[in-house]
Amino acid sequence: MRHLLSTGDLSRDEATLILDTAEELARVGDRSVKKLPTLRGRTVVNLFYEDSTRTRTSFELAAKRLSADVINFSAKGSSVSKGESLKDTALTLQAMGADGVVIRHSASGAAHRLANWVDGAVLNAGDGTHEHPTQALLDAFTMRSRLGRLEGLRVAIVGDILHSRVARSNVLLLTTLGAHVTLVAPPTLLPVSVHTWSCEVSYDLDDVLPKSDVVMLLRVQAERMQESFFPSEREYSRRFGLDGERLGRMPQDAIVMHPGPMVRGMEISAEVADSPRCTVTEQVANGVSLRMAVLYLLLGGS
Amino acid sequence: MPPASPEVPEGTRAVLDGPEINRALTRIAHEVLERTKGGEGVTLLGIPSRGVPLAQRLARRIERVEDLAVPVGSLDITMYRDDLRMAPARALGRTEIPVGGLDDRVVVLVDDVLFSGRTVRAALDALGDLGRPRAVQLAVLVDRGHRELPIRADYVGKNLPTSLRENVTVRLEETDGHDAVLLGPAHRGPRAGSPPARAAATEGND
Repeated sequence: MRHLLSTGDLSRDEATLILDTAEELARVGDRSVKKLPTLRGRTVVNLFYEDSTRTRTSFELAAKRLSADVINFSAKGSSVSKGESLKDTALTLQAMGADGVVIRHSASGAAHRLANWVDGAVLNAGDGTHEHPTQALLDAFTMRSRLGRLEGLRVAIVGDILHSRVARSNVLLLTTLGAHVTLVAPPTLLPVSVHTWSCEVSYDLDDVLPKSDVVMLLRVQAERMQESFFPSEREYSRRFGLDGERLGRMPQDAIVMHPGPMVRGMEISAEVADSPRCTVTEQVANGVSLRMAVLYLLLGGS
Repeated sequence: MPPASPEVPEGTRAVLDGPEINRALTRIAHEVLERTKGGEGVTLLGIPSRGVPLAQRLARRIERVEDLAVPVGSLDITMYRDDLRMAPARALGRTEIPVGGLDDRVVVLVDDVLFSGRTVRAALDALGDLGRPRAVQLAVLVDRGHRELPIRADYVGKNLPTSLRENVTVRLEETDGHDAVLLGPAHRGPRAGSPPARAAATEGND
């Protein structure tokens, strides 16, 4: 493993190693000194072309807990706003001796391109509507720690699949790890090629709910939409939103997940978002441990 | 001599058998009690993988002699190694600090083989991030010599003079199904995922 570009590149063993490593590293957060010396003298660049608070701070904290030097490079207020290309930015970082580059970009495939230009490890922190591997890994980690297993788990991913890199990364990873995924969305919010994905598809949330151990809700990404994909927000919310009444029809120990940011009242009601069965804040905490694991495995060895 | 058994692979010989390991541990348990004046404030920390069951065995022996509960835990040193960049990233072991922490305790580190001393150096660094023990001591089942750092053990099961061309393997009931300390030629035999040459030089039992 040299880069982390897609969860589809991970074998079952590699994915399990990442989750196991994260499990050990999660304990670092409980210690008096929340830091390990492992990546001392290594430089990690956070290259963010898209706004992101959660993922960037999570990567930054993870790298700092491993004693790496972190440089944050965001498109706003940098040479990028003056017209520099991705390649030239990459070569600049290369010249500065970056050991790892974490990239978030609005174009699908940006991380792949970058991996051809730099010597260091490239970590995809979300490329367009393509993939977001560390999000899928932290989701799998959260499922495993809450429910004790991944093999045979029934996971429903509900919402804007079409524009979601989280959905694609999750389908690839969860399938590798032995879970069964069902995508639930209005037909307009599913990719055309969805039949080639290794999962089931449903248009009816109420039918899928009682058969799910995990319900993962996705935000409707209005900023990526140039046309209307459903008649009204109220109608979307009524058919695909999770409220207290629907939560009651899920199996007793089933959990509700959301990669954030949540839009309360749209895909998730406030009642569900605040319920102890909703793992949103847990996912954020797990994200740091998981990203530490990935940074360690990619940059810690020879 | 017992008949040739699958427990002693060809080319190696057993330098300690099960009963001898037990006797060594019993002696170390008594020495710990003597030096710590009855074991008050002692916490045992095993270094994975084989230091952990050894620490547990020592704790049971101390408890048998001195009717007091000895906290046992484990201390993984992978993230503190000085040779991380010489091999692909390694899987991590478990660090389990007993409730009550390490502050003001007498921590006895337990490992199977003391070799270069680098594992112990890493363990001391790791300890520093976990608390402030009153004292740190070291117990090992086998001291095979060839130190590369100014480190020595407080309690030794057996001093075993070796050559660098030899390999010391400790096998324990808990991890390998039977107890034995084997001496054989270096870098051969069924050592799963054996890293290349000197990268393995920390204590020789990765």
